[in-house]
Amino acid sequence: MNEPTVTLQVTRYRPEQDSAPSPQAFTIPYRQDWVVLDALNYIKDQLDGTLTFRWSCRMGVCGSCGMMVNGVPKLTCAAFLRDYYPHAIRVEPLANFPIMRDLVIDMSDFLHKLRSVKPWIIRETEKPVSEGEYLQTPEELDAYKQFSMCINCMLCYAACPVYGLEPTFLGPAAIALGYRYNLDSRDEGRKERQPIIASHAGIWECTFVGECSVVCPKSVDPAAAIQRSKVTTAMDWFKSVLLPWGER
Amino acid sequence: MNASTSATPKLYHPKMPATWWLKHPAYFLFMMRELSSVFIALFLVVFLIQIYQLTRGPEAYAAVMRRLGSPGWISFHVVALLFALYHSLTWFTLTSKVQVVRVRGKEVPPSLVTGANIGVWLVLSLVILVVFLVA
Amino acid sequence: MTTRKSSEPFWWGLFSAGGVVAAFLVPMHLFLHSIAVPLGWISAEVAYAKMQALVGHPVIKIYLFVLIALPFYHWAHRFRFTLYDLGLKSLRTPIAILCYGGAVLGTVATVWILLRV
Repeated sequence: MNEPTVTLQVTRYRPEQDSAPSPQAFTIPYRQDWVVLDALNYIKDQLDGTLTFRWSCRMGVCGSCGMMVNGVPKLTCAAFLRDYYPHAIRVEPLANFPIMRDLVIDMSDFLHKLRSVKPWIIRETEKPVSEGEYLQTPEELDAYKQFSMCINCMLCYAACPVYGLEPTFLGPAAIALGYRYNLDSRDEGRKERQPIIASHAGIWECTFVGECSVVCPKSVDPAAAIQRSKVTTAMDWFKSVLLPWGER
Repeated sequence: MNASTSATPKLYHPKMPATWWLKHPAYFLFMMRELSSVFIALFLVVFLIQIYQLTRGPEAYAAVMRRLGSPGWISFHVVALLFALYHSLTWFTLTSKVQVVRVRGKEVPPSLVTGANIGVWLVLSLVILVVFLVA
Repeated sequence: MTTRKSSEPFWWGLFSAGGVVAAFLVPMHLFLHSIAVPLGWISAEVAYAKMQALVGHPVIKIYLFVLIALPFYHWAHRFRFTLYDLGLKSLRTPIAILCYGGAVLGTVATVWILLRV
């Protein structure tokens, strides 16, 4: 009895011998409960040990296994084979990033941009430990909680055509995380983040395509974070121009 | 086995084609949304010309309206109207995501805000029609 | 990095205002003036009389100024970024002049025509 199979077209790129990436077909057993990550691990274990890809938790919290599945940025631990079967499945490295090897991309640009928005609590004056913790009400938590759910998987960067066209663009996740800290009641660092977030390479590059929020596996809605930042920045701008004496 | 001759391996930089927006339905619809602003601007230029002809008298106004009655111009304006409607609907959907509306401390769901905007738009459109007809 | 104030918020603000005006008001005006009247559903004579009666009012003139001029800025900002999205970012300066300059020209034309009425 013939076991059902499914074919994966997986991008291979070996910098020591290839000048460009190319697809390689692998036919594997089809299992109803497998995800694309299971398929990739089967390939690596049984068919080609040189296949290179990132993964870790395999349950959608670490953000390591982001790749393009049939042209859509997805966490491969959350992309079920049964949603594509019996058609062939195209697995490619995350779009808009330089490719290091096979399905592994160079994420140093994202990490640099993430650091630039200072994603930590900034205080003008630190409270001494003896005075206890910073207290926060449930409402204050609700104000930013959604934007704190980011797992840095970079699917939003792969979905964003502006990032693809303009590599200096700060990008959805970095701006959403800067916004998360600006909204945090314990934070006093909005002014320090503004030069980066409100720069030409920041929020103003965004044209609200909105695909970043569509692909986000954690429902962070970075598009909303960016547009809301535009509103607050524009209001500040108009206030500072129309009421300059208020700026003390 | 060949030891790597360079310290960092050769990265491959994929190129983004100018036709990127044809690759996905979502990207195509985005481009159409952006294009709607062109049709709206073009209509407003036509409208300005109509008002200019208005100042030149009833014959001039009738002449421009006759011109605009040609199949070509009507087709253009029907297309422009479709784009204008697409702008309105996408605008109401997008702004509901940007502006968080709170009623008595509770956040109003975005779909309701969009619906309310559409309601206001229908009322305003009716007002414009009525004001014009009873002038 | 300098704290030079980017003018983007200004143009974005105008883009937003123009977008609101276009969204709420343009469809019905487009239907009335460029489809209903040219098709004869409302005769040109009747339309002329009504427009004459309306456009004389200063309030209507202000309304028409807002209706026509603001969406030009909506177009300018949106079209500028559409040209960037089509790969023309290297021409950013001529594009900015074309777009915002065009909107300013449109505003001047609007004021001039409305003052003639």
